[in-house]
Amino acid sequence: MSARYGRYGAWAAIAAVLVMLPLVHRDPYHLHIMVLILIWSFAYTSWSMMGRFGLTSLGHGGFMGVGAYVTALLWNHLGVSPWLGIPIALVCAGLLALVVAYPCFRFRITGHYFALVTLALSGIVLQVITASRDYTGGSLGYTPQATTGSKLIALQSSDKTVWYFVALAVWAVGLLIWFWVDRSMARHAMEAISEDEDAAAAAGVNVTAEKLKITVLSALMTALAGAVYCQYQMFISPDTVSGIAVSLQMVFAAVVGGLYLALGPTVGAVITILLAETLRIGFGTKAVGWDNLIYGALLVAFIIFLPQGILGSIVDRIRPSRRLGGRRGWGDKMRNRSGMPMQSASEASHDVREYEKP
Amino acid sequence: MQDFLDIFDIYLLEAVLNGILLGGVLALLALGLNLVFGVIDVIWICYAELIMIGMYGMYYLVAAFGVSYWIAAPLCVLLVAGLGAVLHLVVIEPLLSAPPINQLLATGGVLFFLQSFATVAFGIDFRNIGIRLPVLGIGDMHFSYARLLAFLAALIGMVAVYVFMKRSYVGTAIRAIAQDRQIMPLMGVNTRRIYLITSALGGALAGLAACLLVLQYDVHPFIGLSIGPITFLICVLGGLGNFIGGFVAAFVFAEIISLGGLFSDLEWGYVLAFGFFILMMFIRPRGLLARRS
Repeated sequence: MSARYGRYGAWAAIAAVLVMLPLVHRDPYHLHIMVLILIWSFAYTSWSMMGRFGLTSLGHGGFMGVGAYVTALLWNHLGVSPWLGIPIALVCAGLLALVVAYPCFRFRITGHYFALVTLALSGIVLQVITASRDYTGGSLGYTPQATTGSKLIALQSSDKTVWYFVALAVWAVGLLIWFWVDRSMARHAMEAISEDEDAAAAAGVNVTAEKLKITVLSALMTALAGAVYCQYQMFISPDTVSGIAVSLQMVFAAVVGGLYLALGPTVGAVITILLAETLRIGFGTKAVGWDNLIYGALLVAFIIFLPQGILGSIVDRIRPSRRLGGRRGWGDKMRNRSGMPMQSASEASHDVREYEKP
Repeated sequence: MQDFLDIFDIYLLEAVLNGILLGGVLALLALGLNLVFGVIDVIWICYAELIMIGMYGMYYLVAAFGVSYWIAAPLCVLLVAGLGAVLHLVVIEPLLSAPPINQLLATGGVLFFLQSFATVAFGIDFRNIGIRLPVLGIGDMHFSYARLLAFLAALIGMVAVYVFMKRSYVGTAIRAIAQDRQIMPLMGVNTRRIYLITSALGGALAGLAACLLVLQYDVHPFIGLSIGPITFLICVLGGLGNFIGGFVAAFVFAEIISLGGLFSDLEWGYVLAFGFFILMMFIRPRGLLARRS
């Protein structure tokens, strides 16, 4: 039990440091980077919600675009406050996810095919935004009008400290949702599905419903990330919040950080954004393209040598007994199925408790 | 002739014919990807980026060094074929036994890499090869020679691949591997060599596509993002690895884009095509020509 309290203590300490940070350190540039890292971490976490269960979506750029553009369009054209606009945008993204994902899961479109169908989705959203340029500004981008009235109602602020707290809260909510799923039966169901759909269905798992739940949840979170990003930057363009490039960027950061751990996507966001910023400041305009060059090479190297990502590999190295939820090498699976040696006592008792719950 | 043409709306006919010409090129794009998928069971997400590199190769050979187009084209095909083989050796081979999604993502990394390599090495300007082909006029309709040439070359390329697969020994081995990956090594086929040849062949087709596309479009580092997705969708629509399905799907897609573009903006043509794709995935999840199981 003491180890458990220790862990809570560590989380509380991290939370305290993160909350205190802007009160101590007020450099606007550093705050800006922190806000970006937090928002993108949240987006990457949302992707990993389904990515960790083998549902590789390349359509999340589409959900993010819907979140950002619906919020901004409602505000500019109808004067709907983002407080109402963001929920509407989330509903739109959720519906979009349902419309695409339900038939996918119903007709057993998995693996390659699922990735490519969702790729079409992000392509569609990008093209629709570009094509309806009379409303959305097309590829030139779009700016939510600065409010003349209450900044609170418009959810606009030029104070970076305010945005830091907003982004921190959103990010923390993302982690809480992760832990909530991690402790729910849905996780066990999804893990069973990712191993073998037929076996899971035979064991009484409603495969379509479970997959849909996690997909819609992931889409809602991604749309929220898009909306928050839009309100913070006050400028969105199809290339920064939608499309295939953004989808791949999410996959990349999540894989590099570590797909199967709550903080993995966050680590991925920290690494990618810091790398991009360092290159940008160090080399100026000469650095255009270098960050992606390094990302691309890293992504290939990671998938070949460290498929669990940086954080995943570190945790594995420190605690070889820890069982990561998710796809592992064949040898690991065999060991876990056949016996105890890989499992520590506390983990085993944890599992027993989980199975007794229903 | 003129009387016959008057029956149709001239713009509609022009759009339909242009769609067919576009379909030829799309079919060629899909063929290379289908070949690689059918044999090695890997999707090259970076396929369009290989084409982009090929287009840059053509641009530099023809516009910068003044090499004749007809000499530059085979060189370029060889270059991209080499790239395909290298891609297989460096990225795909270590991942052959990994989950398929990892292979897909690794080639996604190559996509980033090639794209930004082009940005760093060639800059983000739009570059034109500087060959202006005349426009062919039939009645009131206009077709660019570039498209016609691309269509014909694509047809020839596809026939050549077909003959190679059917008649040659290596082609037979490739088809055999596509049918059963486990048994063929036991029959004494060198899988590694066949995979390499297939990758090079897939690359060569991408190179051929590059030589044709460079006549119609300006090349820039992000051109892959505009031709890539459509190529994947065509392959999936036709059934991944199904050559004839891919061929049919390419023409269906091209017509939708062309006709959709006629009634509205070109982007709406794409939106329509993508929407059609998603719809078809639910009606025929395994491809247009798949047999019902």
